[in-house]
Amino acid sequence: MDIQRHVKYEEELDKSFLEEIKVASGAEDIDRCIQCGTCSSSCPMSVYMDSPPRKIIAMVKNGFKEEALKSFTIWLCSSCYTCQVRCPAKIEITEVMYALKRKAIEEKVYPSNFPIPVLDREMSNLIKKYGRNSELWLILRLYLKSKNPLGLLKMAPLGLKLMKTGRMSLKKEAIKNRNQLKKLLEYLKEEA
Amino acid sequence: MKDYIYYPGCSLKGNSKHYEESILPVFRELGLPLEELEDWNCCGATAYFSMDDLMATAICGRNLSLAENKKKNIIAPCAGCYLTLKKANKVLQGNSEKAKKINQALEKAGCPYHGSIEVKHPLEVLIEDIGLERIKDRVKYRLKGLKVACYYGCQLVRPFTDFDDPDYPTKLDQLMETIGAQPVPYSAKTRCCGGSLTGTIEEVGKRLNFILLKEAKRRGADVIVTLCPLCQFNLEILQDKMARDYGEDVTMPILYFSQLMGLAFGLAKEDLGFRRSIINLDPLWQKLTNGGIQ
Repeated sequence: MDIQRHVKYEEELDKSFLEEIKVASGAEDIDRCIQCGTCSSSCPMSVYMDSPPRKIIAMVKNGFKEEALKSFTIWLCSSCYTCQVRCPAKIEITEVMYALKRKAIEEKVYPSNFPIPVLDREMSNLIKKYGRNSELWLILRLYLKSKNPLGLLKMAPLGLKLMKTGRMSLKKEAIKNRNQLKKLLEYLKEEA
Repeated sequence: MKDYIYYPGCSLKGNSKHYEESILPVFRELGLPLEELEDWNCCGATAYFSMDDLMATAICGRNLSLAENKKKNIIAPCAGCYLTLKKANKVLQGNSEKAKKINQALEKAGCPYHGSIEVKHPLEVLIEDIGLERIKDRVKYRLKGLKVACYYGCQLVRPFTDFDDPDYPTKLDQLMETIGAQPVPYSAKTRCCGGSLTGTIEEVGKRLNFILLKEAKRRGADVIVTLCPLCQFNLEILQDKMARDYGEDVTMPILYFSQLMGLAFGLAKEDLGFRRSIINLDPLWQKLTNGGIQ
């Protein structure tokens, strides 16, 4: 029997991770977490998570960067803010989850065709280019980019219902002043 | 009363046309016609904030700037847009490095924002600015006997709103009572519908919405009343699959509060977007004509 260690020792941890996430999330109080578990018990998604929110906060607090960024938990967070409003230490947990998602995308530590970050990316691309989201085009790109044509096929009956009730349009929505939006994002990029 | 400008957001121009089709006539009836903010852009939703916080906040800033130019506060019926614009507004009204950076970029792009705008949800305006008394005066037909489960979802009541309770809000229940409907006690009223998860990991979305529908059924509701396009969509679209996969029929119409208000005001039901429901509404009409509407 091979004995394997599953938890890192202190010297293997990323000591700058807590500070990084504090800055990226704006949640200054992460280290005030008392591990009470109110977040995990409030979270409607925790039954699907590999590590519930309480554990994610502990990971961030103690430098378990890899574990936090590779967890499914951060993608399952639907931003319902229940944990955040209930946290007795007033930690902005939802903002921490957002910061972890961004970090995971930045460092490319998620399966490339995992649909949740693909949706985030494709919708962001539509917004950057056109200023608006077009639901049908987003769905098409989601299934195409997450390499799931079968999933698109399964959507067909719903698509028909939405067509019939006039709730799905082929039109690509766009704002008039796309140039202003483009400039705005360029100026920000220059400064960042 | 403050002046408002209407920020529809992408959903009200897409799959939630019936929200727009009902909210506009209802506000017109109440003497507060809503003009649409010209050339508004997407609020970024949860997606853009998961990719790039700075850019996402900045594009919200453009919307705030457009409204500020008109000297009007924003009214945003989509709970997602409402939260996102409010969140960005809070950042841009502050003095953080982030705020400075974004405000500078906004100015350079020709859409400066000076932080003078408030963002409101129509429910908030109905309750706080118009008031239940005035709404009651407008009611022509009380929706007597119609049992409604009032579903608030997440992003209207958390984390920025102070006009109602984040766990057990009651303002939508009060509004429904005012138009003669009967709200049922609904403990799942702020439990999440899963947001965009229905589109990405269907099994999770299906289960979350099944829980919401099952609880509404158990409480004897005839319909679920919503105030967010994503909640409305999620609760509606997987009902047939739930019956098949979980062996329990939880079929129920999912309506916008504004559609029911329109009915109570005596507006023609053809003009309130009911034809866009993918759930059969016959049980609702039967309920309302069998001694319902009075």
